[in-house]
Amino acid sequence: MHWETVIGLEIHAQLATRSKIFSGASTAFGAEPNTQACGVDLGLPGVLPVLNREAVVMAIRFAAAIGAQLQRRSIFARKNYFYPDLPKGYQISQFELPIVGNGSVEIMLADGEQRQIGVTRAHLEEDAGKSLHEDFHGLTGIDLNRAGTPLLEIVSEPDMRSASEAVAYARKIHQIVRYIGICDGNMQEGSFRVDANVSVRPQGEGLGTRAELKNINSFRFLERAINFEAERQIDLLESGGKVVQETRLYDPDRDETRSMRSKEEANDYRYFPDPDLLPVELDDAFVAAALAAMPELPDPRRARFSEEYALTQSEALQLTASRELADYYEALVREAGDARLAVNWVTGELAAALNRSGIEVTQSPISAERLGGLLRRISDSTISGKIAKQVFESMWGGSDSAEEIIESQGLRQITDADAIEGIVAHVVEANLQQVEAYRQADQNRRAKMLGFFVGQVMKLSKGKANPQQVNELLRKKLTQ
Amino acid sequence: MSLQRSDVENIAHLARLAVNDVELDAVAADLSTILQLVEQMNVVDTTGVVPMAHPLQMSQRLRPDEVSETDQRDRFQTIAPATEKGLYLVPKVIE
Repeated sequence: MHWETVIGLEIHAQLATRSKIFSGASTAFGAEPNTQACGVDLGLPGVLPVLNREAVVMAIRFAAAIGAQLQRRSIFARKNYFYPDLPKGYQISQFELPIVGNGSVEIMLADGEQRQIGVTRAHLEEDAGKSLHEDFHGLTGIDLNRAGTPLLEIVSEPDMRSASEAVAYARKIHQIVRYIGICDGNMQEGSFRVDANVSVRPQGEGLGTRAELKNINSFRFLERAINFEAERQIDLLESGGKVVQETRLYDPDRDETRSMRSKEEANDYRYFPDPDLLPVELDDAFVAAALAAMPELPDPRRARFSEEYALTQSEALQLTASRELADYYEALVREAGDARLAVNWVTGELAAALNRSGIEVTQSPISAERLGGLLRRISDSTISGKIAKQVFESMWGGSDSAEEIIESQGLRQITDADAIEGIVAHVVEANLQQVEAYRQADQNRRAKMLGFFVGQVMKLSKGKANPQQVNELLRKKLTQ
Repeated sequence: MSLQRSDVENIAHLARLAVNDVELDAVAADLSTILQLVEQMNVVDTTGVVPMAHPLQMSQRLRPDEVSETDQRDRFQTIAPATEKGLYLVPKVIE
């Protein structure tokens, strides 16, 4: 039988506000336990939640970014359940009228095919605290610093048919929330969490029973968890079993999903409108102000890069992967004045160096301005591309400009024809045997042999001789 | 709609309320009466009426995104039954 996998994702994006969604406590990561949990976060008697304006602004920006319907009137509801990291006994969330309605994003698959993935809704809610199950004499430790941190829960349609599509969609949402500056996207710190609803069905039939996968904190694990789960369900069904609707945890160490202790009661959250919060009503002026500083989005920017800088599809895709990299590239083009040279350096030397150091472009020791200075020296033939790489290395380890390094290390390219001719003559005289062999050889072999002489000249000139001139002069000299 | 004892047991458990055996029938009867009133109201034609989310005819005020709270952990933790290393301690919960 041919099985089809059906996947929907629920993504929790932690909004990059300074304070919590309903209180004035800080949301900074990594503070001492419970030092950022105020009376509202602790659910002490007599406190009242007041909604953070910035969280609303960020939801509006997200709605615009995915072309979703923005609900001008939305309400908060209480989702009731008991767990120690949820002090109030309910989570403030949105149920009937979420702030962001139907939208969609376009994903690009490995074969270059594009697909539209529906977003059912996105709603604002508060995060819970953290339970620490390490040894506290058989007790559990509770840190409520995270309680009340604003989240945007983004719920997709069950539109994905493979783990790789799910990853492409999750990456797209990740890219968008970072571009529009509403979430830092840090998966290790839990700022961007993905739950996957996975079911299988015989091709063309109705939806099967789904399992919800939790505890996925990287894109790689998302792909592996979905693949494992789909296999598990297919094996189960083919051996005559049934899939149970349940929550399963992904265990990256064993690369498997396993059932969480099934709750004795089915999820019965008894949602009702939170009487502590009034409906949120957004007027035109508020929405316009929220959207005033929207940056260019990744897809249009990619299209513009292709056009404006004459880039290939894959170059444009790579350069617009993050807003920071795209900004760096554009700054570099402005500095260097050569879009082609700039793309070669950003995707070549710079990408490799960042990769080696394991850092992001924002942490690059060479700013776009400094790199621009280097590229200008290539463009005006002060140095060759090869020497430029050497200068780049020096710039990476220090703070000198390209200009300063070229001067202090005497790397200026030799373009003086007499000087180059002198070196060429020297090389020819020192290698008479090879010169003889070259003269005997046919065109094809000559092309290969030329490399040897070029190498000798470059070595003697410490790489500073202009390569075009060297080639030209050598050819002339060798055939004389 | 009338509630059975088992319904009340279930609701009470969800709300972590201790309703003893003796009380169960009486509570079931009371709640059923309330639901009958709701049924009566359900008969009214509400076509075109926007469901009320809040009795006040106002919309939510928003606060600026500023950190205004300071660390008061020590004060909050004086009323906690057990704490350690700044954490609140609770009976073991593990999924």
